Amino acid sequence: MLDLKNICKTFNAKTVNQKVALNGITLHMDDGDFVTVIGGNGAGKSTMLNAIAGVFPVDSGRIIIDGTDVTGLPEHRRASLLGRVFQDPMTGTAATMQIEENLALAARRGEKRTLKIGITREERNVYREKLATLGLGLEDRMTAKVGLLSGGQRQALTLLMATIKKPKLLLLDEHTAALDPHTAAKVLTLSEQIVTENKIMTLMVTHNMRDAIRYGNRLIMMNEGRIILDISGEEKKNLTIEMLMDAFAQASGETFANDRILLS
Amino acid sequence: MPGAIAQGLIWGIMAIGVYITYKVLDFSDLTVDGTMATGGAVCVMLMLNGTNVWVALLCAVFAGMIAGLMTGLFHTAMGIPPILSGILTQLSLYSINLAIMEFKANQGISVTKYPLIVSQRNVRQMSINNPIFKTLIILAVLIGLLYWFFGTEIGCSLRATGANEAMSRAQGINTSIAKIIGLMIANGIVALSSALLSHYQGFVDVNMGRGAIVIGLAAVIISDVLFGKIFRNFALKLVAVAIGAVIYYIVIQIVLWLGLNTNLLKLLSALIVAVFLAIPYWKAKLDARNTGKGA
Repeated sequence: MLDLKNICKTFNAKTVNQKVALNGITLHMDDGDFVTVIGGNGAGKSTMLNAIAGVFPVDSGRIIIDGTDVTGLPEHRRASLLGRVFQDPMTGTAATMQIEENLALAARRGEKRTLKIGITREERNVYREKLATLGLGLEDRMTAKVGLLSGGQRQALTLLMATIKKPKLLLLDEHTAALDPHTAAKVLTLSEQIVTENKIMTLMVTHNMRDAIRYGNRLIMMNEGRIILDISGEEKKNLTIEMLMDAFAQASGETFANDRILLS
Repeated sequence: MPGAIAQGLIWGIMAIGVYITYKVLDFSDLTVDGTMATGGAVCVMLMLNGTNVWVALLCAVFAGMIAGLMTGLFHTAMGIPPILSGILTQLSLYSINLAIMEFKANQGISVTKYPLIVSQRNVRQMSINNPIFKTLIILAVLIGLLYWFFGTEIGCSLRATGANEAMSRAQGINTSIAKIIGLMIANGIVALSSALLSHYQGFVDVNMGRGAIVIGLAAVIISDVLFGKIFRNFALKLVAVAIGAVIYYIVIQIVLWLGLNTNLLKLLSALIVAVFLAIPYWKAKLDARNTGKGA
């Protein structure tokens, strides 16, 4: 369960660069919900995910994940509840460390790190099997440095790292935006597969309307730091891009003029 | 020449400390210029006051770790940038080092009166007392310990922090603690090197750490240029850093033989390090220009 209660965040408050990023976000998600998030540039999509992850403190409101109020917790102490995949493939992995070392780091998320060996033989076997499910041949390159991998491979690995220890909530922040269309489709399919198989509650930000409609059981649209549209169930299944654009125009009083979204 | 090798090996221990902050943690730690005198000051003063040599050595390492802790707290708890944090500790250590040395700029310790671990006097001796032999043993033990540590869960979290801080936090690593631990280990190692150097030369001087960071960087860069492509294993990389320090001292020795004024040494060191730091940058620029032409 995720509960966001009236979250507000203003960057550079009381300066000329003041920017209201989140303006009273209230959102409830049930276990197993797969919510796609859509909206124009600067709508607050990524900011909402970063607020949940604790990258910065929020100005007001409460964030409750699985019954735990994490509003005041620093980023590293919320990590045990969350799995995260970022837009930039560089962000999610340590480039100078091996594939298996990256997985071992993720497998210890939320656990006390001790002077025990950082990766055991049994773990290696588990990782080999898990990597094989990605279908990228990474299981044969477990001691290769992650920096040698392509963007798509790194995102797939990050996805595996984010879910190797089942999180309460998976945050996918435009995680296919930096990939070529073919690779992006592959990573998306993989994401859906992992999410449904493990029944992980997921928030996926995307700028692609078609993906937002195709994936998940619920869709929310954001504009100027607010949630302006929330569609789920049968209604979501019958959505079309035209309906979404109309809904946006109605809800915000302006047309959805964003090249990046129209073209994709 | 044996003198250059012995000195190079002792400074090699310090260079390993620099490697841990500069390469593993990605933290340019200038504390070392201070710590490189603190270790010797603590060790020599304790021994002059009758403390057992090994206890004195341990206290020196401990003092270095406190210096690292100070820099770590300046950075993580007070939000001061890494380089400035190191400079603040380094500056305060100048006073602290003088205070430890009873407000004298240097203190001598005689190998005939005290059981020093290594001494310049035995550098040409073919015996177990030869400082080269003893320093090699200490290096081997140190590298073994570090190899073990950086393979543990905590060690891995330190490496992750240096490699990608945002990712480390997302994986639940307290990156502030990781940096503090790394700085403490590195400065403990530098203090060990400092204590051994004061034994080797038979005195401790408040200025003996001046420019240590540059010597450490020189050793790290030399090892990178010469062995970067061959040595992939972490332990071998540390060995390479120690070899880098020895090469540095041999080069310095040769330059001195050629008649360079000793007072110009630091200028020379700085210029050499500047050029070697620039090489990867220039190379990338050149490559970019060449690919630009090709397209």
